[in-house]
Amino acid sequence: MKPAPFHFVAPDSLEAALEALQQHGGEAKVLAGGQSLIPAMNFRVMQPAVLVDLNRIKALQFIRPTDEGGLRIGGMTRHSAVEHAIVVADRAPLLHETMPHIAHPQIRNRGTIGGSLAHADPAAELPVIAVALGARLKLERASGERWVEAQDFFQFLFTTDLQPDEVLTEIEIPPFPDDAGWAFIEFARRKGDYALAGVATWLRLDPEGRIREARLVFLNVGDIPVNATHAAEILQGERPDASLFKTAAKTAAREIEPAGSVHASPDYQRHLARVLADRSLELAWQRAASRQNHA
Amino acid sequence: MRDKLQVSLQINGALVQKQVEPRLLLVDFIRQEAGLTGTHVGCEHGVCGACTVLFDGAPVRSCIMFAVQADGHEITTVEGLAQSDSELHPIQQGFWEAHGLQCGFCTPGFLMTLVPFLETNPDPTEAEIREAISGNLCRCTGYQHIVQAVQKAAQLMK
Repeated sequence: MKPAPFHFVAPDSLEAALEALQQHGGEAKVLAGGQSLIPAMNFRVMQPAVLVDLNRIKALQFIRPTDEGGLRIGGMTRHSAVEHAIVVADRAPLLHETMPHIAHPQIRNRGTIGGSLAHADPAAELPVIAVALGARLKLERASGERWVEAQDFFQFLFTTDLQPDEVLTEIEIPPFPDDAGWAFIEFARRKGDYALAGVATWLRLDPEGRIREARLVFLNVGDIPVNATHAAEILQGERPDASLFKTAAKTAAREIEPAGSVHASPDYQRHLARVLADRSLELAWQRAASRQNHA
Repeated sequence: MRDKLQVSLQINGALVQKQVEPRLLLVDFIRQEAGLTGTHVGCEHGVCGACTVLFDGAPVRSCIMFAVQADGHEITTVEGLAQSDSELHPIQQGFWEAHGLQCGFCTPGFLMTLVPFLETNPDPTEAEIREAISGNLCRCTGYQHIVQAVQKAAQLMK
């Protein structure tokens, strides 16, 4: 057998799962979709003594619209459910556009949104989207719950604010503004592979067509999702055009810290990030302008 | 003594009940406990797609799931496709006619990925087919004949 032995519990309620985590403390690992954890266990890179499987907890699988116009998504909601939900396409178009980029259909049938965020792979798409959209994450333990902003949640490679006895149970996504355009672009050597670089971008236009606010968050060019705040400042208050986008993209490429790998040097990742940022700004602008014209 | 758990699941409509260690992967359960060796073990870490089976009707990689997680669920493997020994499922017929395989190692994974795909996309474009099979690796064919096999199968399924 590939993985090392472990004790397995699969409670059908969140309360029972939280109790199990409290009881086993740091020895236990939460099993969500398992699409990153089980490969790591097959390699014996991970050898948890106890697995607490959340797959039988149906109460953690939901996509609900909020009264404010946003979304609440349960931590155990499968990628494929998010990908195909019309309410996600309507209310979180940036998230909707990103979903097909996550691995392959078979993985998306099993992987979960909470699992991907808690795993915090710097090359993963959903942590970047959570930061880009200003999502809040609900973390629950037996003794209570707390909410954490996505931008404070990610701390280092595969390291988050989530404690060993906590479960990420819910993601709250605020309403996406009517005056905003969006784009998600990544570059991977093969479809479905981890991308060498990617960016989630949105920008809002004021009635005169100037940029009210912008955000660019990059994947796989740092230890955590990299929010290019200087690039966003350059864009703010300006009238969009190609040269502005090029300047902002260049600034963003200086803000990131790509580590490089056997597949791409840091210089090449920086180049990719600049080109992708430029293209994403152009596309986000077109979409914002188109929404403004249709309003 | 390592703890064993009772697993009870349907494979191709037949009930299979065993006591297994929780670390047993679903693919190894299917092959070693249920004796169905049509599901292949390739990379064993969720990259190649050779172990794809249907889990409650949806394609998943059985090498990155534990058998105990399938307790109470329905699995369909490549052995469950054909209605009888003398007749192929349309997707198998498509692969047969269009020469969609050479060594055949990856084929069961392709078939199990494609059955639900064709059921929901009866008239797929080539781009949609290539997207659908993006999670399955084939070292022999260069994919061209696989794409043609899917197009053939789509016609046969109408």
